[in-house]
Amino acid sequence: MTTLPTATNKKLGLVIDLDTCVGCHACVISCKGWNTENYGAPLSDQRPYGNEPMGTFLNRVHSYEVQPPEGAAQTVHFPKSCLHCEDAPCVTVCPTGASYKRTEDGIVLVNESSCIGCGLCAWACPYGARELDQAEGVMKKCTLCVDRIYNENLPEEDRIPSCVRTCPAGARHFGDLGDPNSDVSQLVQERGGMDLMPELGTAPVNKYLPPRHKDSWDDQSLLAPLLEPIADEPAGFLGWLDKALDKLPGGTA
Amino acid sequence: MHPAPSVIIFTTFSGIGFGLLFWLGLDPSPPTGTIGFTFFFIAFALAVGGLISSTFHLGRPERAWRALTQWRTSWLSREGICAIAALMIMGLHAIVYIFLGIQIALLGWIGALLSLATVYTTSMIYAQLATIPRWNTTLTSVLFLCLSVAGGALLSGRVKVALAFLCVAGATQIIWWKRGDNAFKNSGSNLGTATALGSIGTVRSVAHPHTAPNYLMREFIFLVGRKHAQKLRIISFALMIILPIVLLVTPFSHISVVLAILSHLIGVAVSRWLFFAEAEHTVGLYYGMR
Repeated sequence: MTTLPTATNKKLGLVIDLDTCVGCHACVISCKGWNTENYGAPLSDQRPYGNEPMGTFLNRVHSYEVQPPEGAAQTVHFPKSCLHCEDAPCVTVCPTGASYKRTEDGIVLVNESSCIGCGLCAWACPYGARELDQAEGVMKKCTLCVDRIYNENLPEEDRIPSCVRTCPAGARHFGDLGDPNSDVSQLVQERGGMDLMPELGTAPVNKYLPPRHKDSWDDQSLLAPLLEPIADEPAGFLGWLDKALDKLPGGTA
Repeated sequence: MHPAPSVIIFTTFSGIGFGLLFWLGLDPSPPTGTIGFTFFFIAFALAVGGLISSTFHLGRPERAWRALTQWRTSWLSREGICAIAALMIMGLHAIVYIFLGIQIALLGWIGALLSLATVYTTSMIYAQLATIPRWNTTLTSVLFLCLSVAGGALLSGRVKVALAFLCVAGATQIIWWKRGDNAFKNSGSNLGTATALGSIGTVRSVAHPHTAPNYLMREFIFLVGRKHAQKLRIISFALMIILPIVLLVTPFSHISVVLAILSHLIGVAVSRWLFFAEAEHTVGLYYGMR
């Protein structure tokens, strides 16, 4: 049913640390691999070795430059996948009931055998989290690796989404954001986790942790005094050379 | 938004077809015999032809029947149901009237109401989307309904009614365009809110996640058509509103009405092309594009 549940027992989701992400795209590749080889239609590629190669991905990493009012600009790598919104507009627009939000854990899924590929859910999603597979004609999206997280055939440490398991920087965290005592909720609390486009009222479950404040040359530092120049004017041989050269005609630079 | 020909054809032709069905259903003395049959045939051909065209953009058209199940939340589903109900009731009305010579006014009124409801549900598929601020207004529904009723009046030869509704539709179109030009800016969404990094500073996209355009960019970021948007608006408005009005106020002849209908149809199609081509989706923000 495309009616959203009034409440879900859990709010499983991701917390993505924009301070830690190095933009290596390993999460993109592991996601593509796992979701091509496992649940649902494989994620197809079109012209992978030809002109304008394209393909279906459930996770993409953008790169942005943020220029503060003062100081140096910083680069922020920005992984983006389904945010498993509490008020998911993609679910309610679905005409067939293929899109649904699970009451037990809040994961937003697509039943591919009911999907007609009308694309309206992708139009309704503000984040570009859904992609219509060009080979299969059905909508694909992040499943939060629903076929890993409850999979008792996998070792326990692998029962997390593929992107989280793979991230070499530890920038991705998985857990229940509905439980205020969970590790992910604590992290969001401590670091000031942020919603994407909160003005649209989608209430995303996934949160983003802002880049930490970067220190600058002007900041107070224990070591800074030790790095102060000892002499402003050159002394000794260099001092003599400086003065001698000043006396020659032709001025200084 | 990518202006898919199937959806432009669908909204243009079905809109006018259901508009004609609306007037045929309301008419206390609709045309009889061959002429009556022709009117109903044209209305059904436009409405059904448009609906069939709309299935061409589906990834899995063979499952289209499933779209009738989620009327509780989905405007697309409601549209499917309204369209089928309108066609069935008006079909029954036409058969009973043309072949048996019995006019059941109530049947016609219900059919007329359902025809309008179909156009309204179509408009709501677009007007409901907060992701596309240009469409996200009740004015979208007003525009679709006015054009449908005006086109239907034109097709059914109601000159005075057509003139009145063409004026209203023209005014709505201009207001809709004006509002739309500032809609994205006024929506409050920008790359700063999209990335949540706006509180730190000015955000700029420096690298896309992929080297060539993907489904999202092809579907949501359509820059080609906007170059000539102003010229196309003038062309569309002239063909859709002004020329039909001029043709209708000149002394009546069948040729001038046919010309007015053709001009109006082409004008509406151009306006619908712009409806998609000019629409900016929030996904474009992530790519530093609109």
